[in-house]
Amino acid sequence: MKFYRSHILLGMSETSIEAGAKKIELALKSELSKRNLQDEIDVLETGPLGFFAKGVCLKVYPENVLYENVTVEDIPELVEEHFLKGRPVKRLLATTTRVEAYDFNYKERNVLENSGIIDPEDIEEYIGVGGYEAWEKALLKMKPEEIIAEVKESGLRGRGGAGFPTGLKWSFTAPIDSPEKHLVINADEGEPGTFKDRLIMEGDPHKLLEGMMIACRAFGANKGFIYIRGEYKLCIERLKHAINQCRSYGILGQDIFGSGFNLDFDIKVGAGAYVCGEETALIESLEGNRGNPRFKPPFPGVKGLWQTPTVVNNVETIANVPTIINKGAEWYKSLGVNGATGTKVYTLMGDVAMPGLTEVPMGITLRDIINKYGGGMLRGKKFKGALVGGAAGVILSDKLLDVKMDYESLKEYTAVLGSGAIMVMGEEVDMVEMLWSILRFFRHESCGKCFPCRLGTQQLYNIICKIRDGEGKEEDLESMILLSDAMVKSSFCALGQSPYMPIKSSILNFRNDFLKRIK
Amino acid sequence: MYQEIFKKYEPTKDNLIYILHDIQDNHPQQYITEEAVLSVSKYLNVPINHIYGVITFYGMFSMKARGKNIIRLCESPPCYLKGCDNIYRKLKEELNIKQNETTEDGLFTLELCACLGVCGNAPVMMINNDIYGDLTEEKVVKIIKDIKGEK
Repeated sequence: MKFYRSHILLGMSETSIEAGAKKIELALKSELSKRNLQDEIDVLETGPLGFFAKGVCLKVYPENVLYENVTVEDIPELVEEHFLKGRPVKRLLATTTRVEAYDFNYKERNVLENSGIIDPEDIEEYIGVGGYEAWEKALLKMKPEEIIAEVKESGLRGRGGAGFPTGLKWSFTAPIDSPEKHLVINADEGEPGTFKDRLIMEGDPHKLLEGMMIACRAFGANKGFIYIRGEYKLCIERLKHAINQCRSYGILGQDIFGSGFNLDFDIKVGAGAYVCGEETALIESLEGNRGNPRFKPPFPGVKGLWQTPTVVNNVETIANVPTIINKGAEWYKSLGVNGATGTKVYTLMGDVAMPGLTEVPMGITLRDIINKYGGGMLRGKKFKGALVGGAAGVILSDKLLDVKMDYESLKEYTAVLGSGAIMVMGEEVDMVEMLWSILRFFRHESCGKCFPCRLGTQQLYNIICKIRDGEGKEEDLESMILLSDAMVKSSFCALGQSPYMPIKSSILNFRNDFLKRIK
Repeated sequence: MYQEIFKKYEPTKDNLIYILHDIQDNHPQQYITEEAVLSVSKYLNVPINHIYGVITFYGMFSMKARGKNIIRLCESPPCYLKGCDNIYRKLKEELNIKQNETTEDGLFTLELCACLGVCGNAPVMMINNDIYGDLTEEKVVKIIKDIKGEK
C-alpha cells in the first residue's frame, strides 16, 4: 500500500457533479502529476460532504482545510500554493463559521459517520473503518433473538415518519414459520423537502447494506429488496456496485462466513409515485402493479410481498442498526431524550444560510438546529415559521422555536417529527401561498383508490385557490379544517390523512395571513 | 424487436416496471408505444389493460412521443418557496411550449414533477439523468442554449 503526505477529498454527489466536480478531479490529477506530486498527494472521491450551495468543495487531510466554490481555473494556484509551498489559499477557504459548524457535526454522527470521509465505491475503505464487524458479530456470535432484544432495548424507532419501534416490528415477523420471508427497504423518498436517504445511500451505501444483513438475520429473511426512486440515478448505481462488491467478498451469498446462512439483495426501481412510500403501496409496486395501498390487516409483517411475511423499514432506520450492534443499546440510549433515543438526520432548507443535512441527537431544539447547524437565517431574515416533516408535516411558528425535537415533546403541540425535513421560512413568506403549494401537491399525488382522498384533496385545492384569488370567506378556513379532519377519519391510507396537519397548523398559527386575503 | 430487452428479465409480473423503464429509455422519443405494450403483454402473459394501468399510474412513464431531452421541473413546496413558478414561466416562454408538450424540433419536452430530493439547491430540475440546481431565469436560458448548441 502506498502512503501519501496529504489526501484531498472531493465530495461527489449529484449536485457537485453538476457544479463540475469531475472536471476538477481531472484537472487536479493532471496538475499534481505535472508537478510530480502524484505519489505524495492522493485525490479521493467521497460522498456528499454534508452541506450545499457552495459549488465544488475540497477537504484536505491531515491539515483539515476546507475549500469551497473551487473552479478548474483555481487548480494551478491551489496546487502550487498549498501542495507545493504548504500555504493554504485563503481566497478559497470556506468561511470560519461554516467550518466550525461542520466539524461540530462530526462528534455526534452515527448514520453519517463515514459520509464524506471514505470512498463510497470502495468496500475496503468501509471495512477499514470497522465496517461489517457488526455483521460478523450478529451472524457468528449472536442468536437472532439476541439481535432483536438489543435493537428493542436501544429504543430505535422508525425514521420514515411514523416512528414505530423497530425491534418490535421485527419481533412480530420473527416467530412466523414461513419458507420465505422478505426485507424491503423503503428508499422511495418522496416527501417534499426530504433528501436524507439519498445522501445516506450516496455517501455510505455499505452502511445500509450492513444494517439490512443484520435485520435479515434477526427475523429470518433470506432475501432483501431496496425499493428506490427512479429519479435517484446515482444511488441506484452506487448501491448496485456495493452489492456486487459484497457478493465477491463473500459477505453476501451462500453460507456466509461458514455460518450456513444464505442471503442476497436486489434493487428495485420505482417510476415516480409519492404514494409508493406507503408500505403496502410499495409492496404492490414491487409486484408489478399500480401502487395502490392494500387493506390492513393483514399487516405486511404477516402477509406482505407475494403474501410472505415482509418487514418494510426506512433507509435511515436500518443505517442505525450496525452501530447499535457494535456499540450496544446502552450507548445508543445515552444519546437523545424523552424515550427518543439515538440521533436523527435532518434536512435543512429554505431561508437558512447553509442548507444541507445534519445529524444530531434527538431532543435538540429547532432554534439550535437553525442557528448552530444551518448557520442562522439567510441574509439576516427574520424567522416566520418552519415546515417540519415535509408536506405532511406541521408549520411551526416562532413560539415553538424552543420545543425539543423528539416524538413525545412534539406530540404535546400536535406536531410530528415526520421524515426530518425542516423548511425554514423568512418573514416575507405568505402562508396562503405555502398551503396552496402543499395542497396542489396532495391533489396531484392522491392515488385515487378511495374517494375521501381522491375528492377531498381536489376540494381542498379548490378552496385554497378561492382564498388565494381573494374570493374566500372566513368560514372557508373552518371548512378546510373540518374536511381534512373527515379525511383523517375516513381515508384508506396515510396520504389522505396528511393534509390535516399543515392545514390546521397554518390556520392556527398564521390566521392573519389568511384573513388578509379574505378581506 | 424487444427480445434484447426481454432476455434480461424473467417473464414474471414483478419485472413489468423494469421492462417498461428499459423500453422507454431505449426509444429515441422516450415513450412506450402500443406495439411495445402488446409485446410485453405476450411476454409476461399479463393483460394489456393491466400494463396500461401501470403506465398511466406512474409519473415517469409516457405513452406519448416525447423530446430528446425531458425537462422535469420540481414544483413541490421547497422549490415553490424558492420561486420555481418563475422558472416554469421562463421555460415555457423560452421553449414556446406548455406543460407536457414537445418542441417542434423534438429537442425538449417540459414536465412538472414532485420533489427530486435536492431541496438544498432549490429550485431544481432534471434534464434526462442530470440534475440542475440553484436555478435562476438566466441560468435556465443558458442551460437550454448549451443543449441546443450540442444537439
